[in-house]
Amino acid sequence: MTSIPDAKAPAGEVVLEAIGLTKHFPVRRTMRDLLNRRKDAVHAVDDVNLTLRRGQVVALVGESGSGKSTVARLLAQLYPRTGGDIRLHGTSTTAKSGSAFRRYCARVQMIFQDPFASLNPVHTIRYHLTRSLMIHDNAGDDLDGALHELLERVHLTPPERYLDKFPHELSGGQRQRVAIARALGANPEALLADEPVSMLDVSIRLGVLNLLRDLKERLDLAILYITHDIASARYFADQTMVMYAGRMVEGGDSETVTQNPAHPYTKLLIDSAPDPDRLTGAPDAAGEDRGNGEPPSLIHPPAGCRFHPRCPMAMARCSTEVPVRLEIGDVPGHWAACWLYDTEGAAK
Amino acid sequence: MSRKPVLEIRGLNVDYGLGDQAVHAIRDVTLTLHRGEVLGLAGESGSGKSTLAYGTTRLLPPPGVITGGEVIYHPSAGEPYDVLGLTDRQLRAFRWAETAIVFQGAMNSLNPVHKISTQLTDVLRAHDPRMGEKQRTERAREMLTLVGIAPDRMDAYPHQLSGGMRQRVMIGMALILQPQVVIMDEPTTALDVVMQRQILGQLIELRERLGFSVVFITHDLSLLVEFSDRIAIMYGGRIVEEAPAAAIYRDALHPYSRGLLGSFPALRGPRRELTGIPGSPPDLKGMPSGCSFHPRCPKAFDPCAGRIPVLAPGGDGRTVACWLHEEAR
Repeated sequence: MTSIPDAKAPAGEVVLEAIGLTKHFPVRRTMRDLLNRRKDAVHAVDDVNLTLRRGQVVALVGESGSGKSTVARLLAQLYPRTGGDIRLHGTSTTAKSGSAFRRYCARVQMIFQDPFASLNPVHTIRYHLTRSLMIHDNAGDDLDGALHELLERVHLTPPERYLDKFPHELSGGQRQRVAIARALGANPEALLADEPVSMLDVSIRLGVLNLLRDLKERLDLAILYITHDIASARYFADQTMVMYAGRMVEGGDSETVTQNPAHPYTKLLIDSAPDPDRLTGAPDAAGEDRGNGEPPSLIHPPAGCRFHPRCPMAMARCSTEVPVRLEIGDVPGHWAACWLYDTEGAAK
Repeated sequence: MSRKPVLEIRGLNVDYGLGDQAVHAIRDVTLTLHRGEVLGLAGESGSGKSTLAYGTTRLLPPPGVITGGEVIYHPSAGEPYDVLGLTDRQLRAFRWAETAIVFQGAMNSLNPVHKISTQLTDVLRAHDPRMGEKQRTERAREMLTLVGIAPDRMDAYPHQLSGGMRQRVMIGMALILQPQVVIMDEPTTALDVVMQRQILGQLIELRERLGFSVVFITHDLSLLVEFSDRIAIMYGGRIVEEAPAAAIYRDALHPYSRGLLGSFPALRGPRRELTGIPGSPPDLKGMPSGCSFHPRCPKAFDPCAGRIPVLAPGGDGRTVACWLHEEAR
């Protein structure tokens, strides 16, 4: 296991794949809609392609409402999908409930944002972890030993000190570690982490991220890391994908995406991130032409590229044609869904 | 920038609860806000930064009790006075007109069943009953334009506005009586980075135009470094370091400030291994003895566990409470 998180590391085996994943949530219809036979839907996720490989972290970056959490929930089979496909080791999988869902859970686990809400306040840590081990038949003969091992894996040592505590007796960081241990209890291949550190105190966030990275390396996990903080994606993830208004706009290895962003939205996102080097007193002209404004309504998303109403570089075709993934060409695997990079189309 | 103080907090102590059960949320905080300045207040949750803001404006909900200290306010004209000694009637006049607050989650502090015009003019009606209806509307219009919302949205209800616009309305509302001091308690945490930058940029611009002072409370130190003039860092109810923003960023003296700065992965520059700060924030009920940071401090030595370090000048207009910097003085 190398300790250098390098995106160019040998591509691991594909664990989980999303192909053309789409999710529309129906909107409550009023009387008038019924009469007009109108069917509105929130286009939360449209045509998302994503590949999680063994031993790799993929970050999904986007603002609130961009659909990144919906992607995670779709991958965890918590929502039925509207279209597209989810493939686990190459086989298309739909697991709604019952034993199929349970089998799926054993391989794909999710970590939620809020460790204060995701643990049951009336049960001890021992109960939470035992449940996870028993349900997935991973306890073996030595339940206590397995519990200890789980807690040691997430660096809650000595385990005896934590086993019989209730969630409220632990700090946020410790609770999130318990939530991670619970996910590991199923012995999964893929971990979907939905903003795992955004509710934690600043000083302990990195501890949890470093723990996840360490687990990835030791257990060869495939991790999907969902975040709104692009700087932490750069720090933690091998690959970074950027989402805007339900669509993927850019992807590639983290270093390239953050240092040489191609899509105008990614550029805006990176320009807007707090930067201590840009020292005080520079209200930077509030950036006239950087694409200020707000994400569009997802009930009637703009035609063509969903960023075009805000985009400073928008061209005529942006408002009519949905951009396809186009290779940028600086680093292999770096793509953006933006017509700016369509060299062939321009030649035609 | 003029160095005239506008708000001086001296030895403020705030407890939650009474007697033996009391939790000391703010201990002995002394802080000065100067005219026209943006003072950043950073710290983790539970460090007392919000309590400090509520304490100085006397907005503490029970069981919060101010057990000591004074808060001296310097009005633009007239004698300075102690906010903690005001009567209810004086306090009502003081709030909003002299010191306004933009609350945490301000997006949700607008009343959903009233139009924003009503909510804006209400403030004026309460503070200046003699003002005419027309004048009030005019003023509200002016204010909305100032924060970048088209005045024709006056009659919108909060749910018709986006999060960023609601936040702007809140800022406009805070500024409508032209207060000297605006306290912003995590004003942008619920917003996206793009919106956050726009709103803060606008706030800085307004400050230059209207000349008020801002106390900016957040846990995002990298944001503070960019937007504030001076930063005070709190830990466990005390201020551990106070310095100009650039000085904190380049050369933080307190190990906690340094740890906090090292907890933010950088977007630019070399990619390095970061560790955050080991351990977890202290429980206010069982504070460690001496310096409350010493159990997590990588540089802790003998005196740290025993004696509480005092906030003392560390040169260049900065102060730090750490025994490491004791000999240097």
